[in-house]
Amino acid sequence: MLVYTLKRLFLAFLVALTVSAITFSLTYLASDPATAMAGETASDADIEYIRTLYGFDRPITVQYLEWAGRAIQGDFGESFYFKLPVSTLLFERLPVSMILGVCAISFAIILSIPLGVLAAIRPNSFLDRMALGISVVGQAMPSFWLALLLILIFGVNLNLLPITGSETWKHFILPTIVLGYYATPAIMRLTRTGMLEVLGSDYIRTARAKGLSLPVILFKHALRNAVIPVVSLAAVQFGFMLGGSIVIESIFALHGAGYLAWESIGRNDLPVVQAVVLVFSLFYIVLTFLSDLLNAWLDPRIRVG
Amino acid sequence: MSAVLEISGLTVDIPVAAGDLHAVRGIDFSVDKGETLCIVGESGCGKSLTSLSIMGLLPKRAKINADKMQFTGTDLLSLKERELAAIRGNRMAMIFQEPMTSLNPAYTIGNQLMEPYLRHKKSSDKEARERAIYLLERVGITAAASRLSQYPHQLSGGLRQRVMIAMALMCDPELIIADEPTTALDVTIQAQILHLLAELRNEFNSALILITHDLGVVARVADKVAVMYAGKIVEAGTVEEIFNQPLHPYTQGLINCIPVPGKTARGSRLGSIPGIVPTLIGDIKGCSFRNRCGFAHDACDTNDPFHTLNPGRGYRCTLDVPACEANAKELASA
Repeated sequence: MLVYTLKRLFLAFLVALTVSAITFSLTYLASDPATAMAGETASDADIEYIRTLYGFDRPITVQYLEWAGRAIQGDFGESFYFKLPVSTLLFERLPVSMILGVCAISFAIILSIPLGVLAAIRPNSFLDRMALGISVVGQAMPSFWLALLLILIFGVNLNLLPITGSETWKHFILPTIVLGYYATPAIMRLTRTGMLEVLGSDYIRTARAKGLSLPVILFKHALRNAVIPVVSLAAVQFGFMLGGSIVIESIFALHGAGYLAWESIGRNDLPVVQAVVLVFSLFYIVLTFLSDLLNAWLDPRIRVG
Repeated sequence: MSAVLEISGLTVDIPVAAGDLHAVRGIDFSVDKGETLCIVGESGCGKSLTSLSIMGLLPKRAKINADKMQFTGTDLLSLKERELAAIRGNRMAMIFQEPMTSLNPAYTIGNQLMEPYLRHKKSSDKEARERAIYLLERVGITAAASRLSQYPHQLSGGLRQRVMIAMALMCDPELIIADEPTTALDVTIQAQILHLLAELRNEFNSALILITHDLGVVARVADKVAVMYAGKIVEAGTVEEIFNQPLHPYTQGLINCIPVPGKTARGSRLGSIPGIVPTLIGDIKGCSFRNRCGFAHDACDTNDPFHTLNPGRGYRCTLDVPACEANAKELASA
């Protein structure tokens, strides 16, 4: 297990390094930072002045190493637009995205895994059809449309829940449902397929031959094996929810990090874009690492050679 | 002595698209304490479904019926699922054909071995552990205590089947059903496992039903034999009776197929029974073996009588005993 963990950790580190390099160079290829900083009315001389002042004229590798060195210490430079340290902005915006992401993935898991299990126990039953219906609707319905629908019903007509902002826990209910529902179909279908396959396996027959009770057979013997592929999928979904929820964040005016990135791209605010992309990539890397560990714990064939 | 398991008129039907598949078509047998009954037959003859129906492990859509299905005096068919679960793994246990896939990959050998004991005997962990170690040693696994923390994928097929046997013995069952326990194993391991099963049956004095398609296995361990064909028992008797005086042409064919060193000519074709098993969907009129039988005549198209010669000994054929014996001689000399 230790060797496995170290291997995965080393791999994660390499991926992080690669991602940071790509992030840095891509933003530089996309636009000229000196022009962006100087603004639209600046003369060529001004731009040249800024370029030498901030060291944008140096080789890109030197700039990358300097940037990476400071990033490790939590210093991502200063936002061109806000004139504030990027780390301050991140510190302000990240918690909103994190809360939303954690709530949404929890909602998705709590909804989809039990439904997937129930659907697999009685395939083609009414419950299975219902679960299928829920997942088809979830897959087909654009999440922004669902968001507007929920706002209309719960926010405007029933006046039960707030529809913009992030002040109280109530503000997170609708975005959680919309974002969580988006991830539900895939997780549920994968749980159902996995459970169906496992329930037909020889070791489940053995478990039944031992006279074990249905809950023990389902949850101890079946679910643990069925859920292994679900873990990897949920980790990726979670990463997506943390970073890719720009649409949802803007609809509900939740000013999270995804929204910040989107704003900053429009403003050519390179230090912010770089930092947000890097942080989200690191989230993905950490989540993948954690899901690998969780899978190794679930499946001894991975951890015991 | 009363039988551990007594079955008569057992049928298993499976609804399929084309109608009902009558997989088991009314079979009778019984097995006593300390006795080994071998059920022999080719793939699809209903022998595995028979064993699963005893354990109550048939798929839900399968329909099971019997005139009598008594386990130590209890009618198995009248039991609720919960009552059946209390017997399963406790008073009757099963060993399966596929040791490679019959253990859960996610749990240790120890965990899976102790499970039925903890469930049925309400024992402490320590007791269950001691029992598991004792039985692992008993089935010939070295360093038993350290094996408990190993996972199935760390063991070979032969070892896994030994673990399955130990698991079946955990609660000291009165009946053990082994469904082709050696089919998936190397020939050398097969002999060891069979020897072990026979030895354990004697030691634990339980009844053993061994399901196999291998007559070599039958000759080595059986007390009683039931030969199944197309869902019916075509011949039953003691192992001596079956091998010395096979009456049904199918049994005779099976015995003729066994190559004998010194007798079967080197390089000669191995014996086989031509033809295939009839479809089991719908009724079969007359004898189900007649299209593969060299001795079939007009009566076989309509009749399929079972002759009981004495308790536990009988055969299913339109011919009488002398005629069947003559057929056996003819087949053996061919």
